[in-house]
Amino acid sequence: MSTLEIRDLHVAVEDKEILRGVNLTVRAGETHALMGPNGSGKSTLAYAVAGHPKYTITSGTVTLDGEDVLSMSVDERARAGLFLAMQYPVEVPGVSVSNFLRSAVTAVRGEAPKLRVFTKELKEGMDALSIDPAFAQRNLNEGFSGGEKKRHEILQLELLKPKIAILDETDSGLDVDALRVVSEGVNRFGASGETGVLLITHYTRILRYVKPDFVHVFAGGRVVEEGGPELADQLEAEGYERYTKATA
Amino acid sequence: MGLDSKPSSTLHGTASHDLADFPVPTGREENWRFTPLSRLRGLHDGTAAGSGTVVVNVDAAPEVTVETVGRDDPRIGRAFVPADRVSAQAFTSFEKATVITVPKEAVTTRPTVVTLRGEGGGAVYGHVVVAVEPLAEAVVVFDHQGSAVYADNVEFVVGDGATLKVVSLQDWADDAVHVSQHHAHLGKDATYKSFVVTLGGDLVRLSPSVSYTGRGADADLSGLYFADAGQHIEHRLLVDHTVPDCRSNVDYRGALQGDDAHAVWIGDVIIRVEATGTDTYELNRNLLLTDGARADSVPNLEILTGEVAGAGHASASGRLDDEHLFYLQARGIPYDEARRLVIRGFFAQLIQKIEVDEIRERVLGAVEAELGS
Ligand SMILES: Nc1ncnc2c1ncn2[C@@H]1O[C@H](COP(=O)(O)OP(=O)(O)O)[C@@H](O)[C@H]1O
Ligand SMILES: [Mg+2]
Repeated sequence: MSTLEIRDLHVAVEDKEILRGVNLTVRAGETHALMGPNGSGKSTLAYAVAGHPKYTITSGTVTLDGEDVLSMSVDERARAGLFLAMQYPVEVPGVSVSNFLRSAVTAVRGEAPKLRVFTKELKEGMDALSIDPAFAQRNLNEGFSGGEKKRHEILQLELLKPKIAILDETDSGLDVDALRVVSEGVNRFGASGETGVLLITHYTRILRYVKPDFVHVFAGGRVVEEGGPELADQLEAEGYERYTKATA
Repeated sequence: MGLDSKPSSTLHGTASHDLADFPVPTGREENWRFTPLSRLRGLHDGTAAGSGTVVVNVDAAPEVTVETVGRDDPRIGRAFVPADRVSAQAFTSFEKATVITVPKEAVTTRPTVVTLRGEGGGAVYGHVVVAVEPLAEAVVVFDHQGSAVYADNVEFVVGDGATLKVVSLQDWADDAVHVSQHHAHLGKDATYKSFVVTLGGDLVRLSPSVSYTGRGADADLSGLYFADAGQHIEHRLLVDHTVPDCRSNVDYRGALQGDDAHAVWIGDVIIRVEATGTDTYELNRNLLLTDGARADSVPNLEILTGEVAGAGHASASGRLDDEHLFYLQARGIPYDEARRLVIRGFFAQLIQKIEVDEIRERVLGAVEAELGS
């Protein structure tokens, strides 16, 4: 059973400290919601764990099943079983979705899937997320709507089957239909009980579809409160105000 | 095309078949300022010894006639006038020309491949005329290989309603020097698609130009280049819209890697007063893969009429986008492969335009080979 363990993580961007001692443990079989106001550092946490070069770790540790994640390259982290669904997936001109997915699947699984098997897997994955099959030939994220990008992130999640997935505001900008489709994908991913999910969100709306076991409130670059699903209800009623005041 | 009606801001004061009309360039001229003259092996100042060999072999489609002719053949120099010193040197120095004719209304069943293989020695001067008669359609491939100091002019005369697709591969050995003028002269409703691929050679300076003689003609000029350490690769385009309702589209993309890899792209498009309804767009993009590489990119769009259908240009040179690499790596794809995917993607839209399967495969293969090194 996998465990992602973040200990006293401090992260700076361009010499400005953004994360100030984050502690968080996500185990297989668990769904965690990380909620916080805009600018509190949620995406910074996600990117730092994924290894984006812009974010400098100034202290702290991140381990996956005891292995030091911070000493791994970005692609090693992904192959070790970490996945980040990005808040703003980038457009990559000239690289087709199918070519990209096949390269990613090959890298993560350590061998190239048979073309026929992969084509079938891809088709089923796209069907389940109501993605038009024509997208396979499109350039990666190029000209995709916000909702299409997010569905495509979840398609990758389902194909790559990581140990621990961090979903950074995958719910933002989705209409209700898309939110349901995306949530179903996340739930399928979590259903095995062998994977862990860290769901980063600004709103409680997605928590009606994806039920968290734990809720963490994030403000000012650290976790300021933790609890069960009831904490989300409290946030829904009261907002983030009292946490932002406390850290200001 | 009257010489005195050349727009003032756009280059080429001189156009002449006579070498004496062109002073030896000093390197300060607008036309020559990017070119390292010392590496031209004397092609520009008359000191090149003409003792080398470039073997020309034409594998022609059955519908096409191929002739080797002398300097006095009346079809030579009909469609174009040299506009720089090396072009004029080649024009006054070549001994035999190749004339490829696609007869009226003929549609060729396969590409005509002209292989030019350099076998070393001193300078060689060449001349090729490709005449596509009205309503004919043809694909012609030029494949430059080996070692040479080669200056040439290629005339494409595309008749009314005819279609010519040209692929020119500069796949020279590392020490080759090639200075070339490709001029397309388009009839009414003619279609001309040029695809230039420059990979090899110490110095390659290729100047594709287009002129129009009737309405409704369409020119599409694509280019792909890969400059490695020490290479100078220069493409100088000139599209001169002199008649109404014609189109031109230019898309040149290059990648540069290694110390003193140098790419130059000049894109001159003129829309004359009389060329109303012109639709033109030109684009140049350079990918700088390492430090020490340099790309000069100069688009010039000169519009002398108020009535264009469209006119635009764009030029961008930069490094690989870290965000692209991060995204691919975050999905487990190792750095080197992510880099290859992104660079391949940069060229993909261009390469997809090559309609001849075997050439497209070869260009893809050549790009792969460049990426592997
Ligand atoms: N790449 C970056 N460059 C500069 N500042 C950044 C960058 N990423 C985040 N920041 C800053 O860090 C803070 C936290 O941002 P972010 O992690 O995106 O918050 P959240 O995801 O919670 O909205 C903000 O003040 C933001 O301006
Ligand atoms: Mg964010």
